[in-house]
Amino acid sequence: MSNAYNEFKYEKRKYVLGGIVLLVVAVYIVRLFNLQILNEEYKDKADSNAFYKKTVYPARGLMYDRKGRLLVYNQPAYDITFIPREIKKTDTLELCSALGITRDDFEKRMALIRKSRGYSSYTEQSFMTRLSAEEFAPFNEKLYRFPGFYVRKRSIRQYTHGAAGVLFGDIGEVSQKKIDSDPYYTRGDYIGTQGLEASYEEVLRGEKGTEMLLRDAYGRIQGNYRDGAYDTLPVPGKNLTLGIDIELQELGERLLQNKIGSIVAIEPSTGEILCMVSSPSYDPRLLVGRQRGENHEQLSQDKRKPLMNRAVMGTYPPGSTFKTSQALTFLQEGVITHETNFHCSKGFRYNKFKLGCHAHGSPLPLYPAIATSCNAYFCWGLVRMFSSGKYKGAQEAMDVWRDYMVSMGFGYKLGIDIPGEARGMIPNSKYYSRHYGNYWNAVTVISIAIGQGEVTLTPLQIANLCATIANRGTFVTPHLVSSIEGDTLPGIYREHRPTKAGRAAYEDVVKGMRQAVTDGTCRGAAIPGIEVCGKTGTAENKGKDHSAFIGFAPMDDPKISVAVYVENGGFGATYGVPIGKLIMEKYLNDTLSDESLKKAKEIQDRIIYYGEGER
Amino acid sequence: MERERGNILHKIDWVTIALYLSLGIMGWFAICGASYSYIESDFLEFLSLGERTGKQAMWMGVSFFTGIILLCFDKRIYKDWSFIIYIFFTLLCIVTIFIARDIKGSRSWISLGSSFSLQPAEFMKFATTLALASFMSRHGFSLQKKGDLIGSLVLFMLPMLVIVGQRETGSALVYLSFFIVLYREGMTGLVLLTAVSAIVYFIVGIRFGEVHFESLDVSVGHYAVLVLIQLFSLAMVKFWCKYDKSALVLFVVNVVGTLGCYWIAIYLISFNIIIVQYLLVAFNVIYLLLRVRLEKEKDNLWVVLFIVGSLAFYASCDYVMHNVLKEHQRTRIEVLLGLKEDLAGAGYNVHQSKIAIGSGGVTGKGFLNGTQTKLKYVPEQDTDFIFCTIGEEQGFAGSVAVILVFAAFVLRLMYLAERQNDRFGRVYGYSLAAIFFFHFTINVGMVLGIMPVIGIPLPFFSYGGSSFLGFSILLFSFLRVDADRNVRL
Repeated sequence: MSNAYNEFKYEKRKYVLGGIVLLVVAVYIVRLFNLQILNEEYKDKADSNAFYKKTVYPARGLMYDRKGRLLVYNQPAYDITFIPREIKKTDTLELCSALGITRDDFEKRMALIRKSRGYSSYTEQSFMTRLSAEEFAPFNEKLYRFPGFYVRKRSIRQYTHGAAGVLFGDIGEVSQKKIDSDPYYTRGDYIGTQGLEASYEEVLRGEKGTEMLLRDAYGRIQGNYRDGAYDTLPVPGKNLTLGIDIELQELGERLLQNKIGSIVAIEPSTGEILCMVSSPSYDPRLLVGRQRGENHEQLSQDKRKPLMNRAVMGTYPPGSTFKTSQALTFLQEGVITHETNFHCSKGFRYNKFKLGCHAHGSPLPLYPAIATSCNAYFCWGLVRMFSSGKYKGAQEAMDVWRDYMVSMGFGYKLGIDIPGEARGMIPNSKYYSRHYGNYWNAVTVISIAIGQGEVTLTPLQIANLCATIANRGTFVTPHLVSSIEGDTLPGIYREHRPTKAGRAAYEDVVKGMRQAVTDGTCRGAAIPGIEVCGKTGTAENKGKDHSAFIGFAPMDDPKISVAVYVENGGFGATYGVPIGKLIMEKYLNDTLSDESLKKAKEIQDRIIYYGEGER
Repeated sequence: MERERGNILHKIDWVTIALYLSLGIMGWFAICGASYSYIESDFLEFLSLGERTGKQAMWMGVSFFTGIILLCFDKRIYKDWSFIIYIFFTLLCIVTIFIARDIKGSRSWISLGSSFSLQPAEFMKFATTLALASFMSRHGFSLQKKGDLIGSLVLFMLPMLVIVGQRETGSALVYLSFFIVLYREGMTGLVLLTAVSAIVYFIVGIRFGEVHFESLDVSVGHYAVLVLIQLFSLAMVKFWCKYDKSALVLFVVNVVGTLGCYWIAIYLISFNIIIVQYLLVAFNVIYLLLRVRLEKEKDNLWVVLFIVGSLAFYASCDYVMHNVLKEHQRTRIEVLLGLKEDLAGAGYNVHQSKIAIGSGGVTGKGFLNGTQTKLKYVPEQDTDFIFCTIGEEQGFAGSVAVILVFAAFVLRLMYLAERQNDRFGRVYGYSLAAIFFFHFTINVGMVLGIMPVIGIPLPFFSYGGSSFLGFSILLFSFLRVDADRNVRL
């Protein structure tokens, strides 16, 4: 076939294509005729009515403490918004007086809004947010005089107690990024931004409902479409019960006032957190209502960072509390038995290397070593482990050691149900080889045996170490929420995780910790009638030593394990021991003895000076 | 080589320019209607640059000015520069994916200063059109050659992929309109037939899948698809293969078998007629294969392939609908096919848009008097749903007028394309006609509720500077090519 013939053959196709165009045009005209002339239904709907899809917001889930006391609830608040194009001549002075702001405030606010991203004269802009019912009332009376201004009713959080603010966290307006990625949210919705509000957002938020309303051409609501046949009801968010005992939490925050530090108490059998104090703390009620903005600014500017949850975000050298984990490792690896004796001549000496210790009997076996917190004992333990010939050199010994630490929950996030958790630091052989090449041994890294040097843990990890000892070798990932209404907790908050050390090793460490209370560094932790176990810690750092303590009670059926860490508090016995004792006593006896009350008052009134620097 | 000299003004097609201007002006007034609200505002405010109408007017001016400049380059320049332009814009579109800010999930906008941003993808159509026209006008080009066909496909599938990468699936689909051009230039009609039959199977199969014959336990959709497969395959035999006595046998068997069994099943004894249809289809396949073998009629093989493909496609439709598509996508399809009423979700936009149009009546409510659009019931009312405003304010009369002007515009472009003396001009013209027609069909069809909701603009109507400029560039460059149609390159 010739090219010309082909050209001709294909030219006929223009009729097919032209035909398709005409066909589409005909179909569309018929469709228009149908919609606009034949069909009366649509006309009726539009002439008098039209739909308006209204979102009905669900109530956010509440939070209770472990004894069923209400902690966090909802309270109505009002946002004042405006659509710039709809504002007509408004008496600005009258508006300002109704809202209790100055003319200057008004101008400043307006200028700020106009400059903000996403400003459009057609859409609703926020003017003031979170007004309480009282603050809002005078404005509402005069609302008709300010065309273009609207009111949006919302629900904000209120708190029954002035404690645990950093645990509850905060809610705030959802970000554009979140809106784009999650179709649940629309602009202006609230979302949990910090703490439990953020980590349990999907549980707490519930499901939105919709009402299909009919509006007339002037926008007046005429009622529900087909008597609400198309409406969906909002599903309220689920309530949370926390493991927190709010009275214990309040006591903890009082004891740490004017000090920087943390207290974490865990119920060993369940992993539920009984109290988690991060000091300085703040009263969450400060962040409600109109003064929210100012207070929030103040808290976030504070150099001591009250908005930071040190219990999970702070990483510290664990000091002597860490010796328990060393004893466990050495016992399990067969490096020592509880009868093994080591020399301590006021410290650990190895060739020219010397690491000091305090005065106590020598040589000594394991229990007194834990009870008196002998540095030399654990240094020798590490040296013996590295040179036992069981491993191929220091590298392998180091990595075995590291595996023990990781199995106890160190070096990685534990997985608590609150955002921002830190990992802490557990070095491995690669870490040291990078610094020292192949020329390092037990003495090079010796300070890890006493919880100094490269090792850092979060107070939560220290508390978890104590809970694991109380359980004799297992732990449940610590968590704040003990139950979700109508739902179960994730598996990691229900199952016990074993460590690499066996029960026998733990029993030995428990005996040492018991001896520390009866006869050692923790005598101050003894509570009459209860068998308490404990271990002090005094962590060296650039400034004054940090004061630390771990303890649990009763010894044979532990109900509570606690870790206390006070920055620059000095000896473990100075702050750690008495605070830990008070927390345990309060929880186990539900009250404090007169003597303890006096002690609590005394600790509460003590102030540690930290200087002006950022902390 | 011959060159005509003379004033360009005498040679450009003023009919097209008149249609262009009337579309642009109607569009601008529609945007006024869509963005106007109850505030007693000065009409002059529409021209203020702070308003969308003002911005649009400015862009229209820019576009017209650009158009005039484009008229100054002759055809040779367009042809010589085509691949450079194509490569430039393809690269720009790729770069955009990485530097663009994420706007509602799409990465297609480059911002220039605080209040203006550009969408390079709108100019990609121009670049692709140029490159395709240039490629297809090479000496000895034929779509019958495998290499040429693949080359052409790659030229417009590549930008399509890039734009999918920008998460602008709607805009990417526009590139399918180049298939219309390929069809005009000699691509086998099989492709078009396959596409049409696939759509028909899908719609019929899903829409009537759950409907059953009154007296039989047989799905109407399933039955109808099988009958359609028979119909299409017989039509193929009639038009593409040798039509002889043995073909006649095929026809008789199918018609008698289908009608006879249907009649028996409905009026005498009820039995599963689907099985009969499957037997008939199987018979067709064997019969056609025999024709290939015995009569050496290779064309019949294509029909067999078509039948098998159709069956496989129908089977996969059901699977895709229930196992691959996500909940909201399935709902969207079900709403479109009228299987579900979903006012709160996927059906909301379209339902509102139908109410707005329906309320317009014969003559409409008058300019700026629309209530539906004004109360912001219709989302995207000045971009993708702009046709709503016309329907409501100008009524049936105005809407039909707009549709007719659009149709005239597309047909005029086809006419201009047909009068070209070389393939470059013709491909260029058809590409334009196809792009405008695709936009028109999808956009208006979506607003009328008979096409799926795919977010692409209505040319010259929807608010948006980039798109107006992009369409104007396409049009004016072609007008110059048309003016030079007697110049032989």
